[in-house]
Amino acid sequence: MTPIEIRLPLDDAQIAKLRAGMTVRLSGPCYTARDAAHKRLTEMLDRGEELPIPLTGQCIYYVGPSPAPEGKPIGAAGPTSSYRMDAYAPRLLSLGLKGMIGKGARTQPVLDAICRERAVYFGAVGGAAALLARHITSSELIAFPDLQSEAIRLLTLDHFPAVVLIDALGNVFPERA
Amino acid sequence: MREISCEQLRTAVAELFLTANRQISSDIRAAMEQARDRETSPAARYALEQLTENYVCAEEDGLPICQDTGMAILFADIGQDVHFTGGSFEDAIQRGVADAYVGGLLRKSVVSDPLFDRKNTLDNTPAIIHASIVPGKQVHLLAIAKGFGSENMSRVGMLTPSAGEEGVFNYILETARLAGPNPCPPIVMGVGIGGDFEQAALLAKRATARPLGVRHPDARYAALETRLLDAVNALGIGAAGYGGRTTALNVAILTAPTHIAGLPVAVNICCHASRHAETTL
Repeated sequence: MTPIEIRLPLDDAQIAKLRAGMTVRLSGPCYTARDAAHKRLTEMLDRGEELPIPLTGQCIYYVGPSPAPEGKPIGAAGPTSSYRMDAYAPRLLSLGLKGMIGKGARTQPVLDAICRERAVYFGAVGGAAALLARHITSSELIAFPDLQSEAIRLLTLDHFPAVVLIDALGNVFPERA
Repeated sequence: MREISCEQLRTAVAELFLTANRQISSDIRAAMEQARDRETSPAARYALEQLTENYVCAEEDGLPICQDTGMAILFADIGQDVHFTGGSFEDAIQRGVADAYVGGLLRKSVVSDPLFDRKNTLDNTPAIIHASIVPGKQVHLLAIAKGFGSENMSRVGMLTPSAGEEGVFNYILETARLAGPNPCPPIVMGVGIGGDFEQAALLAKRATARPLGVRHPDARYAALETRLLDAVNALGIGAAGYGGRTTALNVAILTAPTHIAGLPVAVNICCHASRHAETTL
């Protein structure tokens, strides 16, 4: 289980070597967004507005962190259940999003979009929130501050532990009977 | 008559929610470490290693165990000889919850209107309070910090008497199977059997807080708990959904009398941290 080091944002060469079940360490910039932020991003696209974050090659972490203690960049920051973003994810993937970090299974439309757009879905361990926070070295508020913990933030990940749950070929870990 | 001040109640409630969110209970910790040491799937073991190390990280860094510090649920069993003084019982609890979540840097995860506005209340209130009157002059408080990754995977089934033990068994097992990796396994399953629609659910919620290793006093239900635990673990969902041998840490059943036409079953799922704390005033 020697992890593969991955630099964010993702490029096609990195994505091509990832296979479901591989353990990885993610380092580099990554945006947070969960339910409410995804809804807003989608509404902005519907209105033809420019999004507050770039999507091309980027990775979104499904997380709503707890407040940061003084002197720390972020509070506890583990993944939330990804399926709740499934209604929005295919559209973001079609606009260039390459990576998602969350927990749990995805629905077929997301699986199809991951294959079509040659993207990747990473799983972080749900509930390992204080440990994962140690692998986030900075956090900057980017958009939707009124959403509180659900606001979009730009994080810097540092050897953030994850597992490839869906690769660009559509392989899923673990395989379901 | 014994007097308890609302200030004392407020302080106790705040402490309970801080404890529930920051400190893993000793029975859960021991079960998770045992699951880690026994795990044969490398990926599941990797997840269990992270989860057991996470308790240490949370303590050292002054963070909650999980970023979803939950909706605040409080069971209050109030001795009938107790009189709360110096304010309102409800208000004292809500202030205690706000103290814990605002002062303790816990995440504020409650929205006021569920469908249209979904505006954050900014202090994690209102807590959901289940108060009951019991004999005596003590107050027992059970605080549960309930994350919704697992709450969303919970179910109530209005089974009918012909379903019998197998029907109940299958419904509970199916709930774990449908939940899959989403509720942060290894899960704790609280089960309520009997009562009516809402009593079954309430029993299920309360059952989630039963200490590990304690079985139902009726041997038939105790056997059902053990059989269910084995069957859920045989599903192979595993820690974090990565496969392996530990999908659940416990199945705890509570029962109540029910109607001649009914056999309600509720399953409340908790994540592996099963965050709760209790105290007696």
